[in-house]
Parts: sequence; structure tokens; C-alpha cells
Amino acid sequence: MHRYSSTQNNRIFILTGLSIALIVAVLLSPFASKNPDGLDRVAQDLKFESKSEKDSIAKKLPFFSIFEEYTMRGVPESVATPLAGLVGTIATFGLSMALGKLTTRQRHISQDDSTLK
Amino acid sequence: MPQFLILNSAFLAMHIPDGFLSLPILGVTWISTIGLITISLKQVESDYQDRTVPLMGVCAAFIFAAQMINFPIPGGTSGHLLGGTLAGVLLGPWAGSLVMSVVFMVQGFVFQDGGITAMGANIFNMGLIGTFGGYYLFRTVRNLVGQGLRGIVVGTAIASWFSVVTASAIAAIQLAISGTVPLLIGMTAMVGWHVMIGVGEALVTVATVTFIWRSRPDLLYTSSKKMNSELLR
Repeated sequence: MHRYSSTQNNRIFILTGLSIALIVAVLLSPFASKNPDGLDRVAQDLKFESKSEKDSIAKKLPFFSIFEEYTMRGVPESVATPLAGLVGTIATFGLSMALGKLTTRQRHISQDDSTLK
Repeated sequence: MPQFLILNSAFLAMHIPDGFLSLPILGVTWISTIGLITISLKQVESDYQDRTVPLMGVCAAFIFAAQMINFPIPGGTSGHLLGGTLAGVLLGPWAGSLVMSVVFMVQGFVFQDGGITAMGANIFNMGLIGTFGGYYLFRTVRNLVGQGLRGIVVGTAIASWFSVVTASAIAAIQLAISGTVPLLIGMTAMVGWHVMIGVGEALVTVATVTFIWRSRPDLLYTSSKKMNSELLR
């Protein structure tokens, strides 16, 4: 019984999990604390913040013309961070699924088949 | 929202930017990270089945999203989830490490969060310390406390808290060797804040693991020995 419905269960799990992630990234992200975080705070307090590379490699990548940190360029400020969250969450999801599909074994399918026979 | 003017710098997360670490430290952290990722890839290829794939996708998406949410901690600072222990407990150290690497790569390449040269250090500190150290600490505590929900909650809480504090201490050592900040001062400051940030990490990790344990316990990682014995039953 369990095996019979496992594909459907997985679909429900993916939809639920991805929805929760998207709600967090899109709807909660504008409410994130604007205080400096652990490392930023230490870098400010101990005056080594200025050592960070202003002209970093990431700013030479084409993505920098679309996103400036977690804000999308060229859209109203109110949706800039939610849109960055949306794109980032889906990209991370897709890349991890693809990596998983490329690396894991397909064994359980053939086992399921043999169980069904 | 009176602080909106500093929005730009506010989203620079806890990731180490380029410029903070010296060449030798960059080398050591990149070699360690690439080595562990390579082993992880091999382990996933030989030990994991494709039923793990949906959890890999969802876990990565959730950790990316959760890392955007800085929560305030007393003293005018903030912290966000690192997620290494979460990924390790849900997916095991091997697939967990791959997923964490994807998160930091998307953050670094697409959103300029964390330096590109410092990415090896960031993956190691905020990812692998949790997926390996956090996972094995979780398993140790769980074996001591019990296999039920209580063992999961206590194990997850202790492991995730320690992984954050350890990550901050290791980062302080890397910064000190790089000549960026003296060891004792840097260590005190980093660990001081992350003792509190770790509490947030523990709360989010416990809530998420408990939620999955209650709804889809079959998805939680069990080491391959256990998995094989279950299949033989």
C-alpha cells in the first residue's frame, strides 16, 4: 500500500515543502531583521569591515546586472527582495534536484517493479 | 522602517566576503571543501537511492529561503539559519553536503553573498561543519537519549547549536591566521554573538526536523547499514 502511493506522497511532499520555502523567501523576506549579522557586526566593531574587496569577482558576473545582492534590479523596491527570493529558491531547488537525479541510483524503482511482480 | 537607507549593506549575511582571508587560508579551505565534496559525490553515487531526490530539492530550497530571514538577537545584531546540521540530519552527511554546496554557490554567484574566493571557506564553515560535525554529534546524542522524538529533539538542538558556535570559532581562527583580526579579540566577538545566533539555529532546526519526522518519517536519513537491514526484512 505504502509503495503504491509513494510517488503521490512524494509529489505532495515536494509541493508542500517548496511552497513553505517560497512563502518564506517571498513573503517573509521583506520582514527580515536589518541589523548587521554576526560577522558584519564583528567586522564593524573591530574595524576590519573595509578589508572586504569592493570590486569582487561576483560583481563581474552577468548575474550582477540582474541582482544586486538580494534585490532584483529595475523593479519597484517593494518587490525587489521577494523576486530575488523567488528566483533564488527555485534555482536552488532545481539545481539540487538535478544534482540528486544525476548522482543517486535508480535502484528502488526496479525493486518496486520486482515486488509488484 | 527607519533603517531602510542601509538596506544594501544589511543583506550581506554572515558569509565571509572576498578580501578577509589570506591566500594560504583560501587554499586550505578550498582543498578541504573540494575533498569532502568529492567524497560526498562518491558516497551519494554508491549509497543513496533516488527516493532521496525530492528531499534534496526541498531541503536546499528551504535552507536558501531560511537564510534570507535574519532574526534579531539582543544587542542590535542579527543572525540567520546556516542549515548544515538540518541538511545533515535530514539527508545524511553526504547528500547534505552536496545540497549545502548548491546553496552557497547560488548565493555567491547569483546574489554576491559571500566572496567567490572565500566560497570554499563559507561552504566549509557554514555547511560542512554542520553536515559532518553536526550530523555525527546528533547521532551520538540521539544514541544516548533514545531513538524516539525526544532523542531527535535533544540531538538536533545540541548539534545545531554547537555547529554554529564551532563555525564562528573556526571563522575567527581563519580571520586571525589571515591577519585580519587578532585571534582572542576576534574569537571573543564571533563566539559571543554566535552563542545567541545558535539558539535561533536550534529552534528552526528542531521545528523543521520534528515536522518532517511527524509527517514523513520514511524520508529521514538512515545510514546505509540500517537501510539495508530494513530492505532485507
